[in-house]
Amino acid sequence: MKTFPIIRIITKILIPYILLFAFYVQFHGDYGPGGGFQAGVILASALILYGLVFGLHAVQRVAPPRTIEKMMALGVILYAGTGFLTMFLGGHFLDYEMLEHDWLADYGVPAGQHLGIFLVECGVGITVTAVMTMIFYLFAGRRRVA
Amino acid sequence: MSFLIDFSILAFLVITAVTIARLRDLWAAIMFTGIYSFLCASWMLILDAPDVAFTEAAVGAGISTVLMLGTLKLTGNRVPQCKRVRIMPLGLVITTGLILGYGTLDMPHFADPQAPIHLYPSPSFVERALHDMHGLPNIVTSILASYRGYDTLGETTVVLTAGIAVMLILRRDKTSSGDSVGKDSAGKGATK
Repeated sequence: MKTFPIIRIITKILIPYILLFAFYVQFHGDYGPGGGFQAGVILASALILYGLVFGLHAVQRVAPPRTIEKMMALGVILYAGTGFLTMFLGGHFLDYEMLEHDWLADYGVPAGQHLGIFLVECGVGITVTAVMTMIFYLFAGRRRVA
Repeated sequence: MSFLIDFSILAFLVITAVTIARLRDLWAAIMFTGIYSFLCASWMLILDAPDVAFTEAAVGAGISTVLMLGTLKLTGNRVPQCKRVRIMPLGLVITTGLILGYGTLDMPHFADPQAPIHLYPSPSFVERALHDMHGLPNIVTSILASYRGYDTLGETTVVLTAGIAVMLILRRDKTSSGDSVGKDSAGKGATK
């Protein structure tokens, strides 16, 4: 679809805003509607749009399948790791109260429940983005058998 | 005015659904499922569920449409014509539909303050969340990520498992990274 100028240029204009919106949904999810899952699918749809227009090869240069593969697991590790961190700090699994701290509190560095939710949502976002993108790669990379 | 929008969206939903069922061209049917998802997303937005609307718009209208088109590339885009009307499946579908419709009669009306979901256990969360979360205003996020943190961990793991399953099933031919190691392990996993 690279040869259609309208599609190509509109895609190029749209993708930054889709990415920005995905990050807004991710990091503003504690205050407004949204969260990790929504942000993940929006981010993945930006990658998929890029792949649709510029080809599978182009998008795999931006997000190599090997990296995506590892990110799939990284998100869950980040989520569960937060749980183990709170256990290590003396609380229960996923007990965010243990993450309370006063470090740079004036600069809006999240602490306690806020930090816990932030980390966990990041984990969800990473896994969902990676899984959606990987499924697209697999479908798009397959050749017709018969 | 609001009624007008409600009814037009619901009417479009029904029209789209019937069109999808009647279409024999799968390519057009997939486009219509995209439209259907987008109407669903608009409907979710009217019901004050913007996060569900985001998901529906991105997954239903976007990603799954692309995946279905990808599938269509691998299969054909026509289904065989079927002239005969089969009575048995039609009756089964109509009966199921009527039962489901009858079931909704027992459900509370939209935005009914006496609905069970608004009585238990939600008020306690609404009252407690602001204090428990130290001023984090979004109750939906606090319930999903904090009070129900275990569930969300499980859901994320389900997403990961689904991704791994699709990789095991579909990854046969070399991807552009050309990793023979991943291929071998995928093959091993499939035979186990």
